[in-house]
Amino acid sequence: MNKIKTIIRKEWAEVFKNRMVIFTVAFLPLLMTALPLGIIFATRDASTGTGEAIDSQLPSEMTQSMCPQGLNGAECFQVFMISEFMMLFMIVPVAIPVTIAAYSIVGEKTTRSLEPLLATPITTIELLIGKCLAAVIPAVLATYAAFGIFALGSWLIVANKMLLTALLDARWLIAIFIVGPLLAVMAVAFSLMISSRVSDPRVAEQVSMVIIVPVLAGFFGQMAGLFVLNKQVISVVAVVMLALDALLVYLATRVFQRESILTRWK
Amino acid sequence: MIHTENLTKKFGTIMAVECLSLDVREGEVFGCLGPNGAGKTTTVRMLTSLIGPTDGSATVNGFVLGKQDTDIRRTVGVLTETPGMYDNLSAEYNMQIFAELYEVQDVKGQVEKYLRMLGLWERRFDSAGTFSKGMKQKLAIARALLHEPRILFLDEPTAGLDPEASHLVREFIAELKKEGRTIFICTHNLDEADRLCDRVGVFKTRMLVVDTPANLRASVFGRKVVFHLRAADEGLAGAVRKLLFVREVKVVENKLLVNLDDPEVHNPDIIRTLIGAGADLQFVGELRHSLEEVYLQLVKAA
Repeated sequence: MNKIKTIIRKEWAEVFKNRMVIFTVAFLPLLMTALPLGIIFATRDASTGTGEAIDSQLPSEMTQSMCPQGLNGAECFQVFMISEFMMLFMIVPVAIPVTIAAYSIVGEKTTRSLEPLLATPITTIELLIGKCLAAVIPAVLATYAAFGIFALGSWLIVANKMLLTALLDARWLIAIFIVGPLLAVMAVAFSLMISSRVSDPRVAEQVSMVIIVPVLAGFFGQMAGLFVLNKQVISVVAVVMLALDALLVYLATRVFQRESILTRWK
Repeated sequence: MIHTENLTKKFGTIMAVECLSLDVREGEVFGCLGPNGAGKTTTVRMLTSLIGPTDGSATVNGFVLGKQDTDIRRTVGVLTETPGMYDNLSAEYNMQIFAELYEVQDVKGQVEKYLRMLGLWERRFDSAGTFSKGMKQKLAIARALLHEPRILFLDEPTAGLDPEASHLVREFIAELKKEGRTIFICTHNLDEADRLCDRVGVFKTRMLVVDTPANLRASVFGRKVVFHLRAADEGLAGAVRKLLFVREVKVVENKLLVNLDDPEVHNPDIIRTLIGAGADLQFVGELRHSLEEVYLQLVKAA
């Protein structure tokens, strides 16, 4: 356990000296928070007058599954618009760990510091857990912090507290508190696998970023009306993510072999 | 302290180390000499349980390779081919990380001890990235010693260092030798090996020969004694050739080069013969071949 803590402290001390990492960790959550808050702010007065017209334009699945009774059409539209951004919000727990992992794992090889590290009595599992947590913890904390700011901002902007309940319903809570950390773990496990397999650190970083594609696909799919992220869908996503994480972590530990890393990484 | 038996490592179809059988004794400084790609680094990586052997067995500090790898890593110190420092972190923090990973009890004390010993204490707060190559190498040596290992593996400890830094590192290794640590050095620097090592092994995928530098010289070139005379000629050479124990005599300018098995025993007889033949003997010395000559001869023959 002490060795894991040492690795985490070391990783943070190193990666947070990198401006790109700091930029990603600080800027991305702020951007993803500002966008939905801006939407809520811009449409805060839309609940009067035009409700019926907007209601008729909303997808029927959306009005059934997302819009609680008591909200008018315009307020439902606000809920719909914000829920569109939920997927975009999920980029935070994916992009941050990929950036950190790219610097912490691939960076080890570029500075050739991995060999002395592997020569210590640390076990592969301890090293992997340390590196995973060093990337996952900031991502999860940044996601939670961004969500906290979003919730606070919503509370300040939205006058109708029923609308606030709809904006911050179970879908958001499952997405932020369950799917978010699972996505972060998936991103790190994927980065680990890529880092262990490719010989060029730059390739590792670029290929690892591919993990964002499914999240973006989800965002655009939802925008295009291909599916609606209701409570059931997000719960299924969480279960699938859990299984996927278990598989990726297993594969990452299989792939992250001392020998292959020392002899393949040139 | 280190025992290997037919230790073999293959990377696919490429044979990196072939049937290495070796014993390195406690307190011994063993030099592993060989050309680039000979398998020296692979051998160090195997013996420090960084990579596993394809075949064969080994024990390091009494621990069995492949079964007690964590124990091996806990009890040996390694200076890897490149220092591999965390350049953004201070020298002190670099050391602290490794002290913690090696489960050192008094982290601060040990870090201070070795930073002071290697003359880096005043620069402890500076980023390792700002250090010169020599300073980084010293820092890496300090890092390898934090947990007071009884066995130390040094892979090219003076590679790329200027003469002053190399000298400092060699002096430090000599100090470690005095402390009775077992040291396994891989080096291209044959002069360094000659000065530091009790025994050397010439390695080219497989171990060609293992012996003390002096014995290697004798086995490859024999022992030659130089007799400096006021004037040397074939007449004097002929008188020496008549002695039964003499293998070969050559006249080179005003010197006689005499090839012998045991100069300590036979030199007085030669001196008597030369004086009896009217030679004016100025002085006598042994012709010392460099380890480099020995090494080149062995590698060429392989």
